[in-house]
Amino acid sequence: MRPVSYNIKKKPLEADISMVDMPEGHQGQGFFATTLDNVIGLARKNSLWPLPFATSCCGIEFMATMGATYDIARFGSERVGFSPRQCDLLMVMGTIAKKMGPVVKQVYLQMAEPRWVIAVGACASSGGIFDTYSVLQGIDQVVPVDVYVPGCPPRPEAILDGLMRIQDLVGKESLRRRNSEQYKALLESYGIQ
Amino acid sequence: MALSNEYIKEKLIEKFGDQVTGFEEPYSLLTFRSDKEINLKVLNFLVEEESLQFGFLTDLCGVHYPDNKGQEIAVVYHLHNMRENVRIRYKVFTSIAKPEVYTATGIFAGANWMERETYDFYGVNFIGHPNLKRILNVEEMDYFPMRKEYPLEDQSRIDKDDEMFGR
Repeated sequence: MRPVSYNIKKKPLEADISMVDMPEGHQGQGFFATTLDNVIGLARKNSLWPLPFATSCCGIEFMATMGATYDIARFGSERVGFSPRQCDLLMVMGTIAKKMGPVVKQVYLQMAEPRWVIAVGACASSGGIFDTYSVLQGIDQVVPVDVYVPGCPPRPEAILDGLMRIQDLVGKESLRRRNSEQYKALLESYGIQ
Repeated sequence: MALSNEYIKEKLIEKFGDQVTGFEEPYSLLTFRSDKEINLKVLNFLVEEESLQFGFLTDLCGVHYPDNKGQEIAVVYHLHNMRENVRIRYKVFTSIAKPEVYTATGIFAGANWMERETYDFYGVNFIGHPNLKRILNVEEMDYFPMRKEYPLEDQSRIDKDDEMFGR
């Protein structure tokens, strides 16, 4: 029987399990009333299903973000789906060549509303160092982008920060935003619908 | 008997006389060139000749020499004799105004996509190629990007700061 030599120190919990704050509302004996916007926003933002579209080094960085050390699952993004079917957050990570542009757009089109897009790293945001004939100079030329994460490549912390900013947007989004004239005009400018 | 460069050179000159020229041996790789009209004859000879048997096309690519008037585009064939493990390099030159070279797809099936790539980047029109269209770039592209005709980047761009790129 060898003595146990690892993990023998008891580590106290640094904090209790963190809970989502309650939205603004009225509560009384046995009821709580708030707006539908708030409830839906709360649910959506804490269960974002990312669709990683990883083409290069930023994708590797995202894999580290999914790993145990950074653990993107803490933010309710446990379920990364490699299909546009039920995902609502398109994460484009890496260089997108002009020939790949239509593929990104097709994946975006196949996602159901509501959907958000995050461009991770210099290449997806602006073409980065690849200022050449073959590289798309930023994915916002083919799909609308909500959050850009700078860096080449961004550290996992930066990707988490981008995700938290997306969560912020999602939580505050009005349910009518996607029916608004402005949003329709935005999609129209990309030739969608 | 190992296949020596001198022997290959002798064989080629014996067959083609003064039509094959420019024999060099940079880093001991036998290099020669010929008129572009006889490229298939030369390749065929290198493959079929019993003592040469260069049966493998390692690579086929283009080069652009803007200062070579009338001979701007080179098409380079790298051949490999797998039995003797000997390689040679063969070049033909063509003008950029009418870059037409006979296709080697009849001799090497592997030339198919190499020639498509060379067409894609240099605009060499391979006569007789079964499916000569772009392979790596987008189909809408109306220029040949590897020709030395363009500044390295779009000079009208204002969204990228030169200082960030060390220029």
